[in-house]
Amino acid sequence: MVDHARNAAAFLQNPERARWHDRALWHVRQKRDLAVKAVPEWEALRRAAEEIKGHTLQHLGYYLERFEARAQDNSIEVFWAEDAKELQQIVGKLLQEHGASKVVKSKSMLTEECGLNPYLESLGIEVTDTDLGERIVQLAEDRPSHIVLPAIHLKKEQVAEIFARKLGTDPNESDPFRLTRAARKHLRQKFLEAEAAVTGVNFALAEEGGIVICTNEGNADLGAALPDLHIACMGLEKVIPSARELGLFTRVLARSATGQAITAYTSHFLRPKPGGRLCVVIVDNGRSHLLAGRQEKLLSCIRCGACMNTCPVYRRSGGHSYETVVPGPIGSALAAANDSDKYASLPFACTLCSSCDLVCPARIDLHRQLYQERERCIRVPKYRGKRRGLKAAALFLRYPGLRRTAMGILGSLMPKLPRSWIYYRFNLWGREHEMLRPARRSFSRLYKERKQ
Amino acid sequence: MHRPERGKRVGLFIPCYIDDFYPNVALSTLELLEAHGFDVEYPERQRCCGQPFLNNGMHREGADFARHFVETFESYDYVVAPAGSCIATARYRYEGLVEADRLAALTPKLFELCEFLHDVVGVENLQLKHPFPQRVGLHNSCHALRELKLGTPSELNLPHFSKIKAILSRVEGITIVDPARDECCGFGGTFSLQESAVSAMMGRDRIADHRQQGVEIMTGVDRSCLMHMEGLARRDGTPIRFLHVAEILAGRTEESDG
Repeated sequence: MVDHARNAAAFLQNPERARWHDRALWHVRQKRDLAVKAVPEWEALRRAAEEIKGHTLQHLGYYLERFEARAQDNSIEVFWAEDAKELQQIVGKLLQEHGASKVVKSKSMLTEECGLNPYLESLGIEVTDTDLGERIVQLAEDRPSHIVLPAIHLKKEQVAEIFARKLGTDPNESDPFRLTRAARKHLRQKFLEAEAAVTGVNFALAEEGGIVICTNEGNADLGAALPDLHIACMGLEKVIPSARELGLFTRVLARSATGQAITAYTSHFLRPKPGGRLCVVIVDNGRSHLLAGRQEKLLSCIRCGACMNTCPVYRRSGGHSYETVVPGPIGSALAAANDSDKYASLPFACTLCSSCDLVCPARIDLHRQLYQERERCIRVPKYRGKRRGLKAAALFLRYPGLRRTAMGILGSLMPKLPRSWIYYRFNLWGREHEMLRPARRSFSRLYKERKQ
Repeated sequence: MHRPERGKRVGLFIPCYIDDFYPNVALSTLELLEAHGFDVEYPERQRCCGQPFLNNGMHREGADFARHFVETFESYDYVVAPAGSCIATARYRYEGLVEADRLAALTPKLFELCEFLHDVVGVENLQLKHPFPQRVGLHNSCHALRELKLGTPSELNLPHFSKIKAILSRVEGITIVDPARDECCGFGGTFSLQESAVSAMMGRDRIADHRQQGVEIMTGVDRSCLMHMEGLARRDGTPIRFLHVAEILAGRTEESDG
């Protein structure tokens, strides 16, 4: 079972890094605020995004089949994968048929979720992640800690060290501009050598039968433009009715993610390039189980990462503390919805502050989702002690008279007890806080005296 | 002065920890309501609102407290509490736990104190007799800000308002100071125990933010958030005082509890 509290405490062992991580992501949140406040109709856009996503999910079967038919009309090949294994096999087979041994891949949380890289590597295929952040993480043999900023947990000095080790650059050169130049030179070669491209999908347009990919680096375009085979992998929730709705989503996506008005590249793929193949793999991998229930809203997520940037817990515990591909509020809710035993601690890694609800461009009720997941999560064996403690507390609080008397006694005893008796090891409050002393006379007593 | 609400019966809900640790906050609330002409009663049979259980997924235990809350308070014209999070619990988390029609009848009568002073009494009718010529940092607790919507949270693109500030600024001489971030303090009930490391950093960050604005007194409508930060500040020896908004409004700022 993932123990978020333990992981978070380990992250906070380095307070300087934690402070830096918090500030870096809060800065992104502030950029988002500025961008959002420049759009007077912002809140109406969020409501529209919520409604369109809700509508599409309600009629998901229709829109997916429509997308498939229209895409096929455009000579796009469509494949369906029920789970991660099927996605691996479909992509592996396509690449092998094509004789591709070198692949460039742009950012796709779905392929990360489905373990595509390790699978392809086991087939002897070299996969190069071409998003800069993902490439850094890949070279470091690490994992992304954020869905939009995968290497946000690394400082530039660490990147310099990784590049020196893997790309032979100067280990003392940590200037971001020069590091980016080095990565660009290295990646350019990978692009030229690639025999196939794998990309994610931001939006699939049912009416037009095309897909849209948003990046800031143009790496998806360059990757897909050179080789003859382009495989795009999408979760089945990525479909939207038509290009008419697209403008709304591109507006809210980039503003929510980084505070940009629009991503630098918004690329539309409506047919294969001449002589090439464009294959779209539609993946379920547990998503359809969430349909038609209270968790359905989680499928409205457009993966902007705004809930992570605003989450005060995420900023102070780091993305890796969640041990999920998608961390933060949306990741916790998805993980608990899919496996409440393994991820039982994640819905509790939250103060229910509900900041995430308010930044979410699709207005997902994230804090409510996490609140509701707790009902299943509290039942795992690990929380037996917590459950018993709360049951005892419930019994105690049922009897206000008893509570007041007990607190009164505690209040008069506290100053007489040695400190080590009060701050014993199971006093969880006392780890970080001084104990506060109950008042000499409770309000109920004062109230009674006042009435007499 | 137009005071149509005079004489209405108010049921006073006092959270357990305020009853035990911060009687001044409760007394201040009682005095304020009485001073504005309400017939205030503190039903002694009241229990916890159930929040600690509901927030931990223990809905059976929570439902017991929810039912008791409804039974205890449904006969009043209004129910007022000096606590945003307890009112948010009763307003937004009792659904499905108690009979729907009884809940529907009670919900519109539930008010956090500042909300009540703002929406029912009216800012123009406020009678606050105690000046407080101090710089006061206002901690916006999450339940009050984002759930009860007592102000505009920084996440939303909406015109700025704050019911708490509208009330507090009527105190003579007061200077209200906003921190740089309207972020959670990290209390979160049992969160502060289970995730003590993150919780403590969040609390310390809030305190540091206020101190950077030159604040030596922090206030808010949730004494639980302030209690968490008070525990941290005392551990660190940070010179900062914590007062509930009610204590400032009622002029009970000298004695200190807890």
